Amino acid sequence: MEPITQSLLYLDNVSVVFDGFRALNALSLTIEEAEMRAIIGPNGAGKTTMMDVITGKTRPTKGEAMFAGVYDLTKLDEAAIAQLGIGRKFQTPTVFDMHTVEDNLLLALKEDRRAFANIYWRRTAREKERIEALLERIRMTDQRHRKAAELSHGQKQWLEIGMLLAQEPRLLLVDEPAAGMTDQETADTAELLRDIAKTQSVVVVEHDMQFVRDLGVKVTVLHEGSVLAEGSLDQVSSNERVIEVYLGR
Amino acid sequence: MSGAGIIDRKGWVFIALVLGAAVLVPAANLMVPEGSPLHVSDYLVPLLGKYLCYALLAVAVDLVWGYCGVLSLGHAAFFALGGYAMGMYLMRQIGPRGVYGNPTLPDFMVFLNYKELPWFWWGFDWFPFALVMVLFVPGLLAFLFGWFAFRSRVTGVYLSIITQAMTYALMLAFFRNDMGFGGNNGLTDFKDILGFSISADGTRAALFAASALALAGGYVLCRALVTSKYGKVLVAVRDAESRTRFMGYRVENYKLLCWTVSAMLAGVAGALYVPQVGIINPGEFAPANSIEAVIWVAVGGRGTLVGAALGALLVNAGKTWFTGLLPEAWLFALGALFVLVTLFLPRGVLGLWDTIAARRAKPSQPAVPAAKPAE
Amino acid sequence: MRIRVSRRALCLMVAFLACAWAAALGSIGAARAQATDPDLAAAVARFGTDSYAETESGLATLSVSSDPRAAEIVEALKDGRLLVDPQTKAVYLRAPNGALSDAATGAAVASAPSGVRAVRVNNRVRRALDAAAGALALVSADPQKRLDAAAAVFKSRDASALPALDAALAKESDPAVKTALAQARAAIIVASPSASEPERVSAARLIAARGDQEALAVLSSLPADSPPAVKQAAADGIESVKRSLAMWSVAQNVWYGLSLGSVLLLAAIGLAITFGVMGVINMAHGEMVMIGAYTTYVVQEIIRTSAPFLFGWSLAIALPLAFLVTALVGILIERTVIRFLYGRPLETLLATWGISLILQQAVRSVFGPTNKEVGSPSWMSGSFDIGQMAITYNRLAIIIFALLVFFALLLVLRRTMLGLYVRAVTQNRRMAAAMGIRTGRIDALTFGLGSGIAGIAGVALSQIDNVSPNLGQGYIIDSFMVVVFGGVGNLWGTLVAAFGLGIANKLLEPFAGAVLGKIIILVLIILFIQKRPRGLFALKGRAVEA
Repeated sequence: MEPITQSLLYLDNVSVVFDGFRALNALSLTIEEAEMRAIIGPNGAGKTTMMDVITGKTRPTKGEAMFAGVYDLTKLDEAAIAQLGIGRKFQTPTVFDMHTVEDNLLLALKEDRRAFANIYWRRTAREKERIEALLERIRMTDQRHRKAAELSHGQKQWLEIGMLLAQEPRLLLVDEPAAGMTDQETADTAELLRDIAKTQSVVVVEHDMQFVRDLGVKVTVLHEGSVLAEGSLDQVSSNERVIEVYLGR
Repeated sequence: MSGAGIIDRKGWVFIALVLGAAVLVPAANLMVPEGSPLHVSDYLVPLLGKYLCYALLAVAVDLVWGYCGVLSLGHAAFFALGGYAMGMYLMRQIGPRGVYGNPTLPDFMVFLNYKELPWFWWGFDWFPFALVMVLFVPGLLAFLFGWFAFRSRVTGVYLSIITQAMTYALMLAFFRNDMGFGGNNGLTDFKDILGFSISADGTRAALFAASALALAGGYVLCRALVTSKYGKVLVAVRDAESRTRFMGYRVENYKLLCWTVSAMLAGVAGALYVPQVGIINPGEFAPANSIEAVIWVAVGGRGTLVGAALGALLVNAGKTWFTGLLPEAWLFALGALFVLVTLFLPRGVLGLWDTIAARRAKPSQPAVPAAKPAE
Repeated sequence: MRIRVSRRALCLMVAFLACAWAAALGSIGAARAQATDPDLAAAVARFGTDSYAETESGLATLSVSSDPRAAEIVEALKDGRLLVDPQTKAVYLRAPNGALSDAATGAAVASAPSGVRAVRVNNRVRRALDAAAGALALVSADPQKRLDAAAAVFKSRDASALPALDAALAKESDPAVKTALAQARAAIIVASPSASEPERVSAARLIAARGDQEALAVLSSLPADSPPAVKQAAADGIESVKRSLAMWSVAQNVWYGLSLGSVLLLAAIGLAITFGVMGVINMAHGEMVMIGAYTTYVVQEIIRTSAPFLFGWSLAIALPLAFLVTALVGILIERTVIRFLYGRPLETLLATWGISLILQQAVRSVFGPTNKEVGSPSWMSGSFDIGQMAITYNRLAIIIFALLVFFALLLVLRRTMLGLYVRAVTQNRRMAAAMGIRTGRIDALTFGLGSGIAGIAGVALSQIDNVSPNLGQGYIIDSFMVVVFGGVGNLWGTLVAAFGLGIANKLLEPFAGAVLGKIIILVLIILFIQKRPRGLFALKGRAVEA
């Protein structure tokens, strides 16, 4: 297949309509390889719907969504898209409560996803190594045998990011990673994400302006389902329309 | 998959007890003289065998409910289909000894003016074929049902309700005389199995032992599944289905495999049940039976397998004891059991045991948080 | 297709006509009794000879008499109340009440002379008697009798009735009777070799226009030697009658379907609240219906023993009581069990199943396991016809009742404060609580409302189903199917689903049989839910995720 675009993620003119309500309205967005992008916008701007379209949860009413230039995301389901290398972290941390931290990472590791194959699975040395490395990276080595349900909110957020990394995705979609975190945790999270963005593309949806500033990346402002402004945080902050609909006051 | 990794301490105790019963109960029935306090009566052997079949059904229900989060209100259908497959074999074994003396046609077919054996009865005179059908028929139904249901992401209560509709529809179908399965009388008057008289003490003891082996085997199979990485994914699906999907797992395939295996286990339980009770009729498909199986699991402790079997034994022993004592009160007791267990014992008897044990070990520490409720 | 007036309406009309008739004739009635038709007197004189041949010819004369007393005399002869004095040849008529009169003049006679005996009849005379009675009925003062007589002739196709028919047809003014007479005449003409060909063809068409089984019988029993044109007309007629009958049979099945749909609606509508609006899987819903039915039984028992005159009102009295009883039971269940299980639908399912077992056994212990007799008030029995369909009053009443309950519920949810609170709590519990709504109380009331409606349904269903402890079990799966099929949380969906499934079921029955039809419907619903897990009228978008 000939790539139709060089961008890793390419959304063009995507609209999603629920019962007459336009959740996305001709949204166009491109993310490059190893780019980090922050997406901000008021409630109902379409941030979550956009993530749903990219991850195959919602089919767009019209428009194009391509991954790596060759994969049509509008025709694939969640599992197929995840296996292509798009990972998603939800707004409220969703980890597997009844599993240990280690098992959570194990399930996320980029390995064979087929049901039958997993019945005969045995832990390999390579898997062990990777889990060790991930535990180290999310600073949870000493928590490895605890059940995820017993973790604090911030720990769950980090565990989920760790699970995302375990998937070795080319693109990470991260929804409000700093929500409910202490200032120190927020700063650490920003650093972790910047670190990840050295090798992988990251899209961060966030409300916390300080956090976005910490990330120091290009910002896209969504409003009523389409892009309102794009540029550095300072540029968009001075954009009159952005001030009007979002920063307001 | 080494045995040591699969079976935990509770599991070994359970297997030891079941296998012990497989040897001791027949021995106590056949070799200990009547009148001795250790003698197990002829009445008790098939009764206990029936309980073991129920326990296997409960283990099957627990596999899908406890580990996959699918609450089936239709497992009686798989149980009954397995039972019918065995019943058809037993029917064909009657041969010319029926009331009408027809060498090929079972009595009810002669009565209903059948001229020849319907095609779906072919081969059932051959025991291995019947055994394959015991697994294949419930498995096929479960596969088809699950294929559609899981693919279209019917979950939770909706799934429970359509499983109930499934068994209800089957019950209505099997009540029809034209179905060729004996209508509302079902299949009965069995004479022998593999050449042994079905009412002989030796046969009964053997059937009991077979049921115990099936229960132990079913338990080991389920443990092997749930302790594998496949089982870990299953629990992940139960607790956070869409998260699992976003991680790249085809949730429907995981559910389908678990569901089909569970249905086949239920079929085996039904097949062992029929020769021990001597009859199979459409009443076995009743939705109420499926729900009762669920409460066995809830009583014993959901998601523990051992608990499911324990619950089946406890509730059914209670039922036998209660109906003998106060027949009117049994439904009150069963109803109250449903309410009380869901309200006060969300982790069942086994969960209660764990909680007490944990408290005793570390009196200051709070108990492990309760299992996440269904859905 | 002709719309036949309902029998009840007809009775009204008859009563009205009878009054008019009486008013018009009242003044001349007395005079008329004296002025005897001379033919009548002659005929009566023949009876006096008491020979079969004479009696028969006397009957022939009577049958075309316009005298209103002719029918009376024929009737008396038939019943052996026409007496003859062998000496004087005088003929007396003894009325059913025993009063004696002179048969010829109608003048009252104090007592009969000794030796009178009944005028004898044999089989020939009996046939003549029937013909005369039929002919006289054709001109009877009572339109209903005329109609019945015309129908009788249509059935018998007795050619000898033709003159009487012609005479009656000439005098008839009632359009319905006139049509019936014309059809009866056509039934004779179409098979009569003496009638002209065009006459017979048009008779065949006239009969075909009836469009019922009897028309089919007449047209298919045409003599083999009939001319081809007549045969052709009859064949066309049979074709068209069969078509029309097929349409009516579909219409009848649709009606049965509506009736079944109304039962489904009644059973499901309470569940549409508890499951659809509140999201509570109430497996004890069927038992609420059952308790409603038993409340009706208890009300009727009390009325029977202490106030029988109230029986016609028993259902009206049972309705509010059933609502109260089941609503209270519902509130009790909600407060003691269900409220601890919100957000755990599968646990709720199990707990409510347990409750259903307890309720069933409780009713069985109190009232016994056998079916209880619940009577219907007289206005609910009987039926009327529309064309070829029979419509029974009890089914009609239940359809109307189901719709009334549905719209009342819709109104409660849309227009009352309770409805507003219910919607607020189900949409955002915490926000509603923050606004000062007592969510616990609203939950209890909503559950009570849903249960109460199930109880009301039980009153209606006690009229058509066996009232036994198992009553509810028969409805629970169907009710869930209806609510899920219609789309959870959508009352209109429940309405459409109930009637849609009811009609589909009944339309399938003629081909598949009752049981297989039901199985097919269940399988179709299962497949449908796979395709659209959220039912016919699903909510979409964000609301679904909540």
